[in-house]
Amino acid sequence: MPAVSKGDGMRGLAVFISDIRNCKSKEAEIKRINKELANIRSKFKGDKALDGYSKKKYVCKLLFIFLLGHDIDFGHMEAVNLLSSNKYTEKQIGYLFISVLVNSNSELIRLINNAIKNDLASRNPTFMCLALHCIANVGSREMAEAFAGEIPRILVAGDTMDSVKQSAALCLLRLYKTSPDLVLMGEWTSRVVHLLNDQHMGVVTAAISLITCLSQKNPDEFKTCVSLAVSRLSRIVSSASTDLQDYTYYFVPAPWLSCKLLRLLQCYPPPEDGAVKGRLVECLETILNKAQEPPKSKKVQHSNAKNAILFEAISLIIHYDSEPNLLVRACNQLGQFLQHRETNLRYLALESMCTLASSEFSHEAVKTHIETVINALKTERDVSVRQRAADLLYAMCDRSNAKQIVAEMLSYLETADYSIREEMVLKVAILAEKYAVDYSWYVDTILNLIRIAGDYVSEEVWYRVIQIVINRDDVQGYAAKTVFEALQAPACHENMVKVGGYILGEFGNLIAGDPRSSPLVQFNLLHSKFHLCSVPTRALLLSAYIKFINLFPETKATIQEVLRCDSQIRNSDVELQQRAVEYLKLSSIASTDVLATVLEEMPPFPERESSILAKLKKKKGPGAVSVSDLDEGKRDGGGELNGAGERGPESSVVSTPSPSADLLGLRSAPPVGSAAQGAGSLLVDVFSEAGPLAPASGVNDDGFLSSEDSAPPLPESDDPPCGPVPFQSFRFVCKNNGVLFENQLLQIGIKSEYRQNLGRMYLFYGNKTSVQFVNFTSTVSCPGDLQSHILCTPTKPVDPLVEGGAQLQQVLNIECLSDFSDAPLLNIRFRYGGALQNLTLKLPLTINKFFQPTEMGSQDFFQRWKQLSLPQQEAQKIFKANHSMDKEVLKAKLLGLGMALLENVDPNPENFVCAGVVQTKAQQVGCLLRLEPNIQAQMYRLTLRSSKDTVSKRLCDLLAEQF
Amino acid sequence: MIGGLFIYNHKGEVLISRVYRDDIGRNAVDAFRVNVIHARQQVRSPVTNIARTSFFHVKRSNIWLAAVTKQNVNAAMVFEFLYKMCDVMTAYFGKISEENIKNNFVLIYELLDEILDFGYPQNSETGALKTFITQQGIKSQTKEEQSQITSQVTGQIGWRREGIKYRRNELFLDVLESVNLLMSPQGQVLSAHVSGRVVMKSYLSGMPECKFGMNDKIVIDKQGKGGTADDAGKSGKQSIAIDDCTFHQCVRLSKFDSERSISFIPPDGEYELMRYRTTKDIILPFRVIPLVREVGRTKLEVKVVIKSNFKPSLLAQKIEVRIPTPLNTSGVQVICMKGKAKYKASENAIVWKIKRMAGMKESQISAEIELLPTNDKKKWARPPISMNFEVPFAPSGLKVRYLKVFEPKLNYSDHDVIKWVRYIGRSGIYETRC
Repeated sequence: MPAVSKGDGMRGLAVFISDIRNCKSKEAEIKRINKELANIRSKFKGDKALDGYSKKKYVCKLLFIFLLGHDIDFGHMEAVNLLSSNKYTEKQIGYLFISVLVNSNSELIRLINNAIKNDLASRNPTFMCLALHCIANVGSREMAEAFAGEIPRILVAGDTMDSVKQSAALCLLRLYKTSPDLVLMGEWTSRVVHLLNDQHMGVVTAAISLITCLSQKNPDEFKTCVSLAVSRLSRIVSSASTDLQDYTYYFVPAPWLSCKLLRLLQCYPPPEDGAVKGRLVECLETILNKAQEPPKSKKVQHSNAKNAILFEAISLIIHYDSEPNLLVRACNQLGQFLQHRETNLRYLALESMCTLASSEFSHEAVKTHIETVINALKTERDVSVRQRAADLLYAMCDRSNAKQIVAEMLSYLETADYSIREEMVLKVAILAEKYAVDYSWYVDTILNLIRIAGDYVSEEVWYRVIQIVINRDDVQGYAAKTVFEALQAPACHENMVKVGGYILGEFGNLIAGDPRSSPLVQFNLLHSKFHLCSVPTRALLLSAYIKFINLFPETKATIQEVLRCDSQIRNSDVELQQRAVEYLKLSSIASTDVLATVLEEMPPFPERESSILAKLKKKKGPGAVSVSDLDEGKRDGGGELNGAGERGPESSVVSTPSPSADLLGLRSAPPVGSAAQGAGSLLVDVFSEAGPLAPASGVNDDGFLSSEDSAPPLPESDDPPCGPVPFQSFRFVCKNNGVLFENQLLQIGIKSEYRQNLGRMYLFYGNKTSVQFVNFTSTVSCPGDLQSHILCTPTKPVDPLVEGGAQLQQVLNIECLSDFSDAPLLNIRFRYGGALQNLTLKLPLTINKFFQPTEMGSQDFFQRWKQLSLPQQEAQKIFKANHSMDKEVLKAKLLGLGMALLENVDPNPENFVCAGVVQTKAQQVGCLLRLEPNIQAQMYRLTLRSSKDTVSKRLCDLLAEQF
Repeated sequence: MIGGLFIYNHKGEVLISRVYRDDIGRNAVDAFRVNVIHARQQVRSPVTNIARTSFFHVKRSNIWLAAVTKQNVNAAMVFEFLYKMCDVMTAYFGKISEENIKNNFVLIYELLDEILDFGYPQNSETGALKTFITQQGIKSQTKEEQSQITSQVTGQIGWRREGIKYRRNELFLDVLESVNLLMSPQGQVLSAHVSGRVVMKSYLSGMPECKFGMNDKIVIDKQGKGGTADDAGKSGKQSIAIDDCTFHQCVRLSKFDSERSISFIPPDGEYELMRYRTTKDIILPFRVIPLVREVGRTKLEVKVVIKSNFKPSLLAQKIEVRIPTPLNTSGVQVICMKGKAKYKASENAIVWKIKRMAGMKESQISAEIELLPTNDKKKWARPPISMNFEVPFAPSGLKVRYLKVFEPKLNYSDHDVIKWVRYIGRSGIYETRC
């Protein structure tokens, strides 16, 4: 590089800058700048040509003025002229000006590109570097278009200087990041990989950044880099600190390069070649060994560099997750850092350990540090470190230490920072549920949680308690007792009142025997909280009261008195008033039998993914254990808690709804039917929480099914001419509720119920924007002769206005006249911000919805099976399994189908047989099913027999998609 | 209620800091510096609200005066106080500059203690203040003097002490006006108003009672009713309509309200008797006729004619016409008939100065401006041509009709008082679009 001689310094520039610095006020500065600008303008305008030196000086001044924050609208031409100078300093200033000031649109771009091209071709390494730096600094699309082809050539050319290669690699990286489509892979790619073997360490460091970025997009093309990287790494790691001279940083050989190499290796799975792998393991071991050596220098830079490599190595070990020995060593190393003086190291150690905890090899090793981590949670001064500690505790929790960890987290919660409380609450709730061995502990924990951090307990948490208490009859008594005791505190949180109201309303009778908690005492306790609660809670309490009337007839008079008082029956809130009026009427008119039926105990909830887990996923705190891990954990823990028999992913399918559930949830009948979409309908919310009203959980609850999105579409869904939006209607074959459609504007939720040949479908149109939709219409049409098979009529037209964020409900009455195969179309039109939106969807209406399950014995079944032996009555398919062949999952799916699952009928216990009758208006079609899974071959054989050939065929097609 | 008062130099260093209320913390000082003095963009609003604290500032040359409060105060009151504070400081040590403030900082703290009490403005009359805050060090005062100061400061006439004696009873009256104008290129008046002040310097003995009369339209019309129609018509021409006016505290407002007569016992020395504003029938002393022609992309021809529009016997002074030039000017040639003209690059303007000019005259300048072609498509915004001048009459048409002095206790009458009246009209913002 030509040295800048002393005489080359620009005196005028120095004077100008010192003038500016000496200005007393802003006004003076502006005056000085205006004067200078006028001077430069007159110089540039002048007739006589300027020499290179003064041009450089003025361009420099302009640049300085621009950097002070003033607009510069001239001088570009002079700067471009400087590019063609042969002097380094002039060229440099020209490039500097251009990379700072030139925007892409100007017509000068052509001239600039030309100058850059000349420099790239000049073979002068300094000029080439300048040009490359300019391209990288501007990095615009135009630049990429002009030079994306040229730079790879320079990069791999044999005769390019090292410094130019370095610049070229970084320049290419920049262009690739801004416009990846313009940088085309070619034969240079393989040669780029070989730059890893370059003599010059600078080139390797630059090239590896490029390779890492490229290989993230096209891992296959760069596969070969793994072995090269490993050998390079081993050479660095094993070298003495003096070998690398310039690239040794405080006694650590090439720390940046090592980190980058380790990061590159993290893009790939462990090398398959044994030798390479052995070498890599050796490297990693050496790195871990080096961490144990006494430091060669007391300087902080030395330990920083060393630790950087170490942490990258540990992430690589975690990434591979295959070397138990290394994982345990890494864990021990991190354990040492946990007690390090340096806060940053402790933070990093906690963070890395969090990922280590999810590996099966190191989980146990991580657990040994529990005391340290708990200590960190309590004593760390930095909140972010405490947060990591909480994450790690969550990650390392399992059945053996759950009680301890949950207790620690609960006690910490009282003093925790507000910012992390909600997350902590969710974590405690999940851990308590996941690892609960006995339910009284679980109930205690959650009630404690509500007591300590009631404000941070989200709805999901207490929904979940209620779900579990209702599903497990052995805890109900205990729960009622505990809740009763908890409510006796003078001040309790509203969430506690909610749980209390719900549980006492359902199971108050279990503790009524004790005179201290006699029905009246219970009622008075609840009612004492009533006036302090918000409207939704009051509504819930009113429902609890009516349940009390059913449970304890002796309280009837008292409760009626309460309902009758003006503050209830004339409440200004419609929801409360309606409940009060209806409950009062119900309690005075209905006979005890009717009352008992209407107010029957809630049926067990269908098992579903914990809503809390879904919530945590949504929050997705940094460092939280990855979602799949949680699922895994859930599968282990959930089963034992809730009884394997009920478990299944088809969460929202309600198997044979009992009358009371129907009354409270699906039929829009009094007393709470009108609340189906109100915020106050907690009973309904708990019940139908997976439905479209709670879109988040509605999407998440079929985590199992969502993997089907990539499955091939239905064979018979020949798109009608209007071209409906394709959707996976088969998702709804085995379930009745869920999200039918969702885009940026609109979400359509669906909830449906069927009885015999009749059905009712609730469509919920949710406006996801903040702007109203106008001219909203939705029509249902039956293409072709479908009309003669099925009737689908909306009860009333929808409201043409949908406010931003609002939800609209539409009810469709469905009648099945005879069997059908196609589905009706739903057409939605509306205007959003002036643009007409048109949407056509297939309704998820399939023949199996009209199944009536039929129970029969083995003999009966095979007798009928034989009766339906005509070849056209049978439809059979043999197909490969698309999803898990878990027995429970299959069972749940078949139940969702609507047929009766017959146990102990088939001689082979692996097989499933089902029976049902399709109810249509015209006729009833008996239907028998047999599913024979073959676990080894991952295949199924599905046989369907029915009295009508079209039905067998159709059902067979539908079901083949499901397994 | 002012919470605190800070004075900064141009660098933002605090020269004077006086906090009156607890709600203003030390960080308020820095907040103003960071957000206003050192702000990236120039702060134009005199009121700035930072973190629920209001900062009211005025700038005198390089000095910033900022009043700070957390309460919802009357902003006009605060500014009135700040201006008064400037007047007081000027009266004590002349020009407000960093050096003067540093040299007098004990005095300034003493003044601040006196004129602002717990954030409430107190007597800020220079004459009164000077009786007990002096620059000559501590002069031990006798008991009588002290009690006299007390009775005077707390008494009915706080602005004048008793027992003043002059050999020559003399009084000076200045009518100072500034005329503001915005005119279209075609010569149409878009907006015009005059804001004026009557400043008086009195050297009178005893406790004289004064009465001031001017050609206020309401007064003249009232008198006209009593007199002949001819008289009313004659005086109606010369009377002026005053839009609004404010008086010094010595003026008896009740009397002004009932009779519209201005009577008062004047303070000793210099003070501002009244301030007023008029918008009708303004005499515009100069007319500017611009002519701008763009010749291609690189040249601009400008011709400006000014015409003086007052009695030929009067002379205007300190005339300065400022013609803005485009931002990409690379060279200027100017030719003018009278005075001197120069292109000032630092201000992006041609400045044309004329020392003196009589009424009913005309003068002209023409300039050729060379432009540097830029790739910027933005058009030049053409800022208006502005003008400065000074004329020896009141552009509003205000005339002093009389100033009578009565001193019943001492033996001098109105005729013995020597009275001087002077009119000065200056340009305020006097602009013509081009």
